[in-house]
Amino acid sequence: MNFVRTIIIAALLTAADIVVSSLPATEIPPEQRRSGYSFMGPDTKAMQDDDTANPGMLWALDGENLWKSKTGATGKACADCHDDARASMKGVATRYPAFDKALGRPVNLEQRINLCRTRNQQATPLAYESRELLALTAFVAEQSRGLPISAGTDPQLEPFIARGRELFMQRQGQLNLACTNCHDDNWNKHLAGSAITQGHPTGYPIYRLEWQSLGSLQRRLRGCITGIRAQAFDFGAPELVELELYLMSRANGMRIETPAVRP
Amino acid sequence: MVSALINVPKKAKRGEIIEIKTLMSHIMETGYRHTATGAIVPRDIITGFTCRYNGAEIFRADLFPAIAANPFITFFTVATESGKFDFEWIGDNGFSETASASIIVE
Repeated sequence: MNFVRTIIIAALLTAADIVVSSLPATEIPPEQRRSGYSFMGPDTKAMQDDDTANPGMLWALDGENLWKSKTGATGKACADCHDDARASMKGVATRYPAFDKALGRPVNLEQRINLCRTRNQQATPLAYESRELLALTAFVAEQSRGLPISAGTDPQLEPFIARGRELFMQRQGQLNLACTNCHDDNWNKHLAGSAITQGHPTGYPIYRLEWQSLGSLQRRLRGCITGIRAQAFDFGAPELVELELYLMSRANGMRIETPAVRP
Repeated sequence: MVSALINVPKKAKRGEIIEIKTLMSHIMETGYRHTATGAIVPRDIITGFTCRYNGAEIFRADLFPAIAANPFITFFTVATESGKFDFEWIGDNGFSETASASIIVE
């Protein structure tokens, strides 16, 4: 009798366990959201705060030169149409990824710069993670520094945000982890010596000390996906843009820090 | 390409201790890494940095492969007279960059 009771209790406990683990992940309440900056040590914070110590500024200043240099068959510079980026690009990065009518899908800031190159300057698109593309992206995004993120408010983006969210919640890879398992559920803990952050893309492109270089959000996402031993999407893949879009909409209201420094 | 970021106070009082911050764009390839096919990635680092204050050398550093990309070098000096700081970085493959900054000492 006791034996049967033990089996029943064990079965109930297992059932309870399954119910608990299949519950939807807890999303972070808006007032508890924190930028990756707040997880850093004082030295790394100081590096980001001082524009002459922040290596990301090397790219942003390069981007300013590229903004003014003529390129492509039309012989036009970004500045010939957009004038001073300090006015024309202010707040632009807060709204990306944004819907592109011609493509019928969202594009991120890097892709938008390349679309402008191919459509308007008749120049060749710049390679993902090339110094030039990172520099232009950093320069454009820097113009939104301090402004609140407001991505994904366009109703046309709704299905894409939903797909990005689905990917965020989807367990994948040999470690069978979803983004949400770390970045929603365990963000106040550590993975080995590193703080697990909430995964808000407030400062991209970022200067990452581990990379010893500037890098895009897609580079970061690919690194994380490889880390859970799943097959990473290619640079520019629609799935990565949807994930970027979900992350940006999830960070709505948080302030842009580009070019941020991260460990 | 923007190569250096320099932070020197524009003004200082005579005798004041001032901090000078320099950031130089460089990959600092150690020479100890291999490509996927096993070939060594050749060393490409900055090997030396000097700072002159109105022509007189006030700071010098030798750099080695263990130093991270985009070396950030900061140091202190005493503001003695108005004038110019000249910075020079030299390295592998004929790398040579200079920058300068002026200061007014009152």
